[in-house]
Amino acid sequence: MATYQLNVNGQRKEVTVDPSTPLLWVLREELKMTGTKFGCGISACGACTVHVGGVATRSCIVPISHVGERPIITIEGIGQDAVGRAVQDAWVDTDVVQCGYCQSGQIMTAVALLKHTPKPSDQNIDESMGGNICRCATYVRIREAIKNAAAELTKGGA
Amino acid sequence: MPWSRVALAVSVVAVALGVAAFVNARVVERNETAQGLAAWEQVYSVLTHPRCINCHTATNYPQQGDERRRHVANVVRGPEGKGVPGLNCAGCHQETNADSTGVPGGHNWHLAPLSMQWQDTNDRPLSSAAVCRAVTDRSRNNKLDGPALLKHHEEEALVIWAWNPGRKPDGSLRTLPPLTHEQFIAATRRWVQAGTPCPSGK
Repeated sequence: MATYQLNVNGQRKEVTVDPSTPLLWVLREELKMTGTKFGCGISACGACTVHVGGVATRSCIVPISHVGERPIITIEGIGQDAVGRAVQDAWVDTDVVQCGYCQSGQIMTAVALLKHTPKPSDQNIDESMGGNICRCATYVRIREAIKNAAAELTKGGA
Repeated sequence: MPWSRVALAVSVVAVALGVAAFVNARVVERNETAQGLAAWEQVYSVLTHPRCINCHTATNYPQQGDERRRHVANVVRGPEGKGVPGLNCAGCHQETNADSTGVPGGHNWHLAPLSMQWQDTNDRPLSSAAVCRAVTDRSRNNKLDGPALLKHHEEEALVIWAWNPGRKPDGSLRTLPPLTHEQFIAATRRWVQAGTPCPSGK
């Protein structure tokens, strides 16, 4: 066991866990932040996506010992960010969600996309979101919501 | 003996010695080239091992595993070989291997540029001659000359990673290239000292 000081959504958190524990389970089991979901456990579905040091990261396969000082943003904190807020609003307005299980990961990846590519093309969306699987196949609405969020952010100058 | 005959004899001997020296030099050069080509084949055996060639693709995606299957999660190359926003290599591959989860890692994890593709678009390894031409073409290899290629093999973090590739998700060790890193460096050095010769052919 080892003790780690984490920066999660701007707050200092201390956890004492086995160094091999994936970040996902630290968030869910130790910090009780259950918005981030377990999907496949092998980084293949994207349900566990969070931001680590600004990079969309598959938390199910990153041991806590590899996180270091990098700040962590989860679905619980993404709404504090202008792009994150716009994406969440677009998700609601576009009624993207069906069962909802994958959607926190979808939103975290979409925010990462829009932070780097404010006006994404269909190809940009396909490539960036291609690793986030939705069993309800809400892909058409996800694409629409990303474009709506991009339009709103561009209009607002964010 | 007249001086003219002496001069002629001396000239004949000098020419004969010169020819012998020339032939000898050519023989030495040919031997060096042959040894260099043999060393290159050793280098090639490493470059086309899955630990190396999986990231030297000709396609829009990396590969993984000894069977060189397409990378999971629909990962794509991206403009700089590091994936795309939201799906970057660094989103999974950390600075070091994550043996508890089976994800390999190393500094600046990325695909080799398309100019350094060692496979065709059907994921078949290119021939020894074709890979050699790519590796030695300074317009394609980031302007590396022979000594710089040797240094790259000796020091580049992702090259060295191939001999410390960590564990797979099932806990077993990833396979290693057919030579040790020391043998690989020795072969590269012999090849570079021979002038980085390449096999003929396509």
